Amino acid sequence: MKIAVLVKEVPDAAVQKRVDPSTGRMDRSGEKNLNPYDTHAIEAAMQIKEGGVAVDEIVAVTMGPESAVRALHKAVSLGADRSVHLTDPAVAGSDVAATGYALAQTLKRENPDLVLLGQQSDDGECYTIGAVVAEHLGAPSLTQVIKLDVEGETLVCERQAEYGYDTVEVGLPAVISVGDAINEPRYPSLKAIMGAKKKPLDTVATGDVDIDTSKVGADNSAAQWTAAKAPPQKAAGTIIEDEDTAETVEKIVAWLDERKLI
Amino acid sequence: MANILVYALHYEGAVNKNSLGAVSEAAKLAGELGGEAHAILIGDGAADVAGSLGAYGAKKVFVADAPAGLAGPAIDAMAGVLNGGDYKYVLFGGGLLGFEIGAGLAARLGAGVAMEVTAVTVQGGELVAERPILGDSSISEIKFRSDIGIIIGRLNAFEIKQSGGDAAVENVSVELSAQAGKATLRTRGEQRGADVDIEGADVLVAGGRGLGKAEGFDLCDQLAAAFGGNSAVAATRAVVDAGWYPYAAQIGQTGKTVAPKLYLAAGISGAIQHKVGMQSSENIVAINKDANAPIFEFSDLGIVGDLNKILPKLTEAIKAKKG
Ligand SMILES: Cc1cc2nc3c(=O)[nH]c(=O)nc-3n(C[C@H](O)[C@H](O)[C@H](O)COP(=O)(O)OP(=O)(O)OC[C@H]3O[C@@H](n4cnc5c(N)ncnc54)[C@H](O)[C@@H]3O)c2cc1C
Ligand SMILES: Cc1cc2nc3c(=O)[nH]c(=O)nc-3n(C[C@H](O)[C@H](O)[C@H](O)COP(=O)(O)OP(=O)(O)OC[C@H]3O[C@@H](n4cnc5c(N)ncnc54)[C@H](O)[C@@H]3O)c2cc1C
Repeated sequence: MKIAVLVKEVPDAAVQKRVDPSTGRMDRSGEKNLNPYDTHAIEAAMQIKEGGVAVDEIVAVTMGPESAVRALHKAVSLGADRSVHLTDPAVAGSDVAATGYALAQTLKRENPDLVLLGQQSDDGECYTIGAVVAEHLGAPSLTQVIKLDVEGETLVCERQAEYGYDTVEVGLPAVISVGDAINEPRYPSLKAIMGAKKKPLDTVATGDVDIDTSKVGADNSAAQWTAAKAPPQKAAGTIIEDEDTAETVEKIVAWLDERKLI
Repeated sequence: MANILVYALHYEGAVNKNSLGAVSEAAKLAGELGGEAHAILIGDGAADVAGSLGAYGAKKVFVADAPAGLAGPAIDAMAGVLNGGDYKYVLFGGGLLGFEIGAGLAARLGAGVAMEVTAVTVQGGELVAERPILGDSSISEIKFRSDIGIIIGRLNAFEIKQSGGDAAVENVSVELSAQAGKATLRTRGEQRGADVDIEGADVLVAGGRGLGKAEGFDLCDQLAAAFGGNSAVAATRAVVDAGWYPYAAQIGQTGKTVAPKLYLAAGISGAIQHKVGMQSSENIVAINKDANAPIFEFSDLGIVGDLNKILPKLTEAIKAKKG
């Protein structure tokens, strides 16, 4: 079995995320990191491999600017065997539909049996790339999967949906986005971090993977998100820093009592 | 004409309330656009509830004979209806399936999609979707360049409104795509853990991953007991998925929506999917050791500190207060 894991570079969680008001796009200056949700997808691939299913290779795939190569290095340090980087000015500013199309075209050349994704990206939070990629690949897909078992050519997946937990059988090849409760991602070893840059990295542009450039990029995206406005301001709540717990508790009780909540 | 097609989720004889909200919203918007709101229901039992959508403003309801509970068949059914009709927008009330079907349809139709939408307005004869972004710190507006625009609402975003009326019900046959045939439900709607009742509680003590382990919920149970009366314990998806607490107590997008007099959150970060289930609570108190946790953005009282230190003392203090 060949597994492809989609990974994305996002602003570091500690960095204040903001949108550039002139373009409506994410301000991508500042510290960046591998999307934390994607580490669960890499870990899921590793657990399939270590769980006794014959996995030929795990390939990390990303679409993004030059700097996104760091997300691939991180993915490789966590266990991927090699990586593919789609980078091309033509795809910049793509919406979900265009991003999913471009990723699907990139994946077609790899022809994986299983594509794994994170449940969401930490910046765009669109939750939907998996469903778009699957449609373009003509593959079945599920999102928010928290248990994944390989039974021959079938995956048995569990996830929480609107009315409780569902168990779904999915035939391979398939596209699965995993929830963050599926596993506890490992930390990379120092050796793996050092060796990550030496693993094969394939850098491709739109022409290399047959992407129709009239379908990608900000100008060709069907969803146009424009300058953000501020949400209605909610009166800020009271904040107590707990230094002396007895005193803190006294304050909480007084606050509750004032509102007749005890 | 600018008709709007709404996906209506149903289960065990009832239409999902977020779908009812979406039908109501579509009827209102279609009125402003000079079109009609239509709805589609998929799977066994759809015919039994189809007619009821007329009361929420749907003029026509399609009943598709295809498996329910998975995105694939719904994408096939909806693409068929959209290709054969005069539609400009598709609306979903949100939820897991709404995201999957909406995104799949966007890919199949080459359409634009907006998700987590909290409001839709008509501007110059077009729909414009509003979506809070970056932890609800700002709101972006999404417009569509495609022939069809797909809008996926945030949970509880659209108000349910009975405008009265009758819907014509039409059966549609569905030709399943190859991929739709490759996913099948083995079991649906399994309830994990005890069947606890939290919906009527005045005081909810909710616990999250910050409790550290399943036993951490003892702290919440004891605090809820100290409040006494009509109080109960609730949980986030993170801890329900981990098996620390029953699914029936989960608050949020794929759990329950509550509005108690007091919601006391311990070790909960305040993710959007949790917030949508509890933001209407009258008083929100949060205990979290991370001063930057999103939950403090919408708490009335926030305590930055370790719940292991605070909860036991708070329990004692409330017991003492009650005498
Ligand atoms: C604030 C903001 C709001 C936006 N609103 C919209 C909108 O309403 N409609 C719209 O169509 N677009 C929107 N976008 C654009 C959208 O975020 C991008 O198209 C983005 O590349 C894909 O969405 P996501 O990262 O949110 O994906 P998600 O669907 O949240 O990501 C799920 C998984 O997909 C994989 N993945 C995502 N992107 C990549 C990538 N580039 N390379 C490899 N794997 C990837 C990762 O595994 C990730 O865990 C918005 C962007 C921003 C910053
Ligand atoms: C489609 C979809 C549907 C979802 N549906 C739901 C849903 O219905 N309900 C839901 O809740 N979530 C839902 N989620 C998940 C949601 O996005 C979050 O992942 C989840 O709510 C996080 O739960 P949490 O706050 O318990 O955990 P975390 O986000 O891990 O937060 C734990 C918090 O505890 C704090 N903490 C740690 N130790 C301590 C300590 N000793 N003292 C005090 N504080 C401490 C940390 O600072 C942190 O803020 C959904 C997600 C998706 C994508």
